[in-house]
Amino acid sequence: MKVRIFVNLKPGVLDPQGRAVHHALEGLGFAGVADVRIGRLIEMDVADSTSDAALDEMCSKLLANMVIENYRIEKI
Amino acid sequence: MRAAVITFPGSNCDRDMAVAIEAVSGKAPLRVWHGDAELPAGLDFIALPGGFSYGDYLRSGAMAARSPVMQSVIAAAARGVAVLGVCNGFQVLTEAGLLPGALMRNAGQTFICRTVPLLVANNQSIFTSGYDAGQTIHVPVAHHDGNYFADEATLDSLEGEGRVAFRYADAVNGSRRDIAGILNAGGNVLGMMPHPERAVESAHGGTDGRALFESVIEALVSA
Repeated sequence: MKVRIFVNLKPGVLDPQGRAVHHALEGLGFAGVADVRIGRLIEMDVADSTSDAALDEMCSKLLANMVIENYRIEKI
Repeated sequence: MRAAVITFPGSNCDRDMAVAIEAVSGKAPLRVWHGDAELPAGLDFIALPGGFSYGDYLRSGAMAARSPVMQSVIAAAARGVAVLGVCNGFQVLTEAGLLPGALMRNAGQTFICRTVPLLVANNQSIFTSGYDAGQTIHVPVAHHDGNYFADEATLDSLEGEGRVAFRYADAVNGSRRDIAGILNAGGNVLGMMPHPERAVESAHGGTDGRALFESVIEALVSA
């Protein structure tokens, strides 16, 4: 089973990288970009029997830092 | 006083840390490799050095925090063993859950490498008793991910409990409330982004970091 884990900064956590990219987009003349936030995509190939609870645990124990990040699991 | 310095793959300040501890204590600390599941017996002081453990993969300190030796460090910290994490060591301590919060990318996006003024916010800890409260000291920083973040409630409790050890005198990296170093609830774990081990001998250009090592080593020797 292929799984995609999207890790993003929590709302309210400042994303300096996103802000810099936002600024660069404006510099290139792209108007109408209200905000940019940068996250991480982790693709995994796991056994079909892997439980949702196990996937959650992988995220909360290692893949995301729950102090500053949220995650979303997508099975494909 | 039995001290150890942990080396992770990618640590690069481990020797500096060992030299600083030896310069102050007169005894070379033991050197421990990240893959060692057990720490040497009878340790009083464990130092996690700066560097780029595991190439900062995933997040700074994230991989090192899950290495075999860290399970033993967490257990030692719970027993009251003094633990100092500097720079990457601070990042490892937060990732391991020994200290609250997280170290994010510097607000200005750049790697910052210079000597900065710090305020001693708490001189009542085993690590800071050699300083005066409110004293300004000058210690080098060298980091890309030193922007301390924690939610407001955590910041309030850190401040309320006197667990902010050092603050930047001037904003350096975007850290919430200019926090440069914090203590755990027991006061035996200190994490800080500035490098006291780089300010121990006059040849370093300053010796303001020396009192930190003197404080903790004296506290442990007399304990």
